[in-house]
Amino acid sequence: MDLNYTPEQEAFRAEVQQFLDENLPDDIRERVQKRLRPDKAMTERWQKILFDKGWGASTWPEEFGGTGWDPIQQIIFEEECALAGAPRQLDFGLRMVAPVIMTFGNDEQKQRFLPGILSGEDWWCQGYSEPGAGSDLASLRTSAKLEGDHYIVNGQKTWTTLGQHADWIFCLVRTSNEGKPQQGISFLLIDMNTPGIDVKPIIMLDGEHEINEVYFDNVKVPAENLIGEENQGWTYAKFLLGHERTGLANVGQWKATMKRLKEVARQEQDGQRPLIENTRFRDRLAQLDAELRALELTVLRVLTDKRGPGPQASILKIRGTEIGQQLFEMLMEAGGQDAIAHIPEALELDYKGPRAGSMEATPAAGDYFNMRKLSIFGGSNEIQRNIIAQLVLGL
Amino acid sequence: MNFDLTEEQQMLNDSLRRFVANEYSFEKRGEIIKSGKGTDPATWSAFAEMGLLGFTFPEDYDGLGGNAVDTLVVMENFGRGLVVEPYLATVVLAGGLVRDLGNDAQKADVLPAITMGERLMAFAHSEPGARYNLEHVHTTARKDGDHFLISGHKTAVLHGGQANQLIVSARTSGTATDKQGLSLFIVDADSKGVKVDDFATHDGHRIADISFSNVTVSADNLLGEIDNAFPHIEKAIDLGIAAVCAEAVGAMEAMNAATLEYIKTRKQFGVPIGKFQVLQHRMADMFIQTEQSKTMAILAATEADSDDRASRREAISMAKTLVGQGARYVAQEGVQLHGGMGVTEEMFAAHLFKRLTLINLLFGDADHHLAQVSDGLLAASA
Repeated sequence: MDLNYTPEQEAFRAEVQQFLDENLPDDIRERVQKRLRPDKAMTERWQKILFDKGWGASTWPEEFGGTGWDPIQQIIFEEECALAGAPRQLDFGLRMVAPVIMTFGNDEQKQRFLPGILSGEDWWCQGYSEPGAGSDLASLRTSAKLEGDHYIVNGQKTWTTLGQHADWIFCLVRTSNEGKPQQGISFLLIDMNTPGIDVKPIIMLDGEHEINEVYFDNVKVPAENLIGEENQGWTYAKFLLGHERTGLANVGQWKATMKRLKEVARQEQDGQRPLIENTRFRDRLAQLDAELRALELTVLRVLTDKRGPGPQASILKIRGTEIGQQLFEMLMEAGGQDAIAHIPEALELDYKGPRAGSMEATPAAGDYFNMRKLSIFGGSNEIQRNIIAQLVLGL
Repeated sequence: MNFDLTEEQQMLNDSLRRFVANEYSFEKRGEIIKSGKGTDPATWSAFAEMGLLGFTFPEDYDGLGGNAVDTLVVMENFGRGLVVEPYLATVVLAGGLVRDLGNDAQKADVLPAITMGERLMAFAHSEPGARYNLEHVHTTARKDGDHFLISGHKTAVLHGGQANQLIVSARTSGTATDKQGLSLFIVDADSKGVKVDDFATHDGHRIADISFSNVTVSADNLLGEIDNAFPHIEKAIDLGIAAVCAEAVGAMEAMNAATLEYIKTRKQFGVPIGKFQVLQHRMADMFIQTEQSKTMAILAATEADSDDRASRREAISMAKTLVGQGARYVAQEGVQLHGGMGVTEEMFAAHLFKRLTLINLLFGDADHHLAQVSDGLLAASA
């Protein structure tokens, strides 16, 4: 047993750092580090830069144009990107639908869809939840009826993150009402430009537009866009959720956030002393630092387990989201009364107007509000605890 | 011992409850916030007519001679409907300071004007880097003949951009860490040298950054004794804390009601989600936290007017600690139990969440007030 990185892994880390030093554009870095409003063009530009380097998909095997990195390398890469202030790559394509296509798609589908995901040309979003099907995902009702060589899709999806930008949506649709609800679900890829699709914004409690409702009104989808077999979609959906959960641990992002929180605690004044000298604040920071260390190592322990991530991935989702939420809560608390002001204009790079308190205080409360979603999406933390209780503990 | 409201307070409670339920809808609140004005003239006049604005002022100055328990009744109702009017700033903080420290002329000028709904006030005290340290004041007031010249920078001034007059704390002697040497001044908001940056807040209120550059203020506008304002600043903040504790309790009760309704009607897996024991226990804990907070808000209200500093401050800090923690729990779990709906702007619960979160940051968070209680323990054992 040895928890140190090998010399090869350290060399790999240095290589990633050097690449980021040389290739991450300053305006992107600034936007990310100041936690300004995310921007579609920024995500696409960064994906293109990574793609040109051959690093477009850190979690994919080489045969599909991925890096072929092992889990440790993937984590090192993700962590260094976050620490350098690189934007998050779009999970929906790279980490969610792509593994499904690779595992269950046919050759034609692989050739057709994977290159656009890798280069960032195609923006993907997720069509899982519906107004009546949240935690109880299997009760979804959006229907797809085969007519000739097309499916006709009708229904509504919700909580569609960044769907306003999307070229494609991967959907769970009901193709049969026979048997248990799980048995009649299929996995369908739908071009967002198809007539009959309507995207409506949902404004979140931080006042920002990040999520959407997507309506389908007699949308014609070629049958060749079906992944795998009809009525087997639940299997693919569960496979995908396992991948999503591992990603939701978000260790790299949280390490970058922790670094920022420590800097903020040194910068913000608590009367005559820096906030870091306030023992109550510092004790909580220390507690969170320890929990983050535990999360980091637990992720490594799970990912290097040769049996692969099983239901234990739920542990990572729960702890990862809880730690993330606490980090943003402490960033808000560090801002104190200055964090109360809401200045949406100040979330743009060119903002020069007045702000309340420090630069760090400006996005702090909005970020904290936004991060409440973490314990709700991707299978709420209550559902994750059910999974642990049922599948790990056998209760 | 008696936890009952007086007959008068009960009437106040009933009429406010009706007002908030019938006249202050979620949609109307949204429009008031969107206007960016920070106050709705019709609502404010209604408050004046109901006698709310002068409730805690002496009868000699057109008030009703009420106390912090009356404020508790008002603020609980405001919390229930998330009222965004500048009541805390005008009546509780600034009005309270003039009531407690003003000379006859000052009281005669300010208190009836507030009571009639004709004047908005704000308390400009907090400064950059002060965090929750009340003695941390760099703003200076220099004597110049029969005037003072005020210079400095104030932050987090609640409804500062809407106020006609500001109560400004400034140093007339000592350094930034001294409790001695602070004085208070009544300053017209349109005085030369006053610059206001007015911001919206995440919870629909307004807050301002205000700088003072050699602002000339008549010596007649000195509020209370020179150099001795600190204990009064503490007391004003304590009254503010008692008020927001009560507001938090109202908002927690509203969050519990909204969440209970949601989990009884939202169905997943074929049953209302309120049938799941894990959610029942969560809801039960929200209820426990709310009841505990209500008790502490009552303690804060009954102590807030007291001049026994040690006992008052201990009660206030205990209350703000537990109410802050309770508000956090109820706010977070209320959103969580609403699922995705809880993080959308269209749900009342999301707005309750934001107000409860930010009340925790006002006048010292739970950490800060726990430290006050803890330091008090140490001092008592020395």
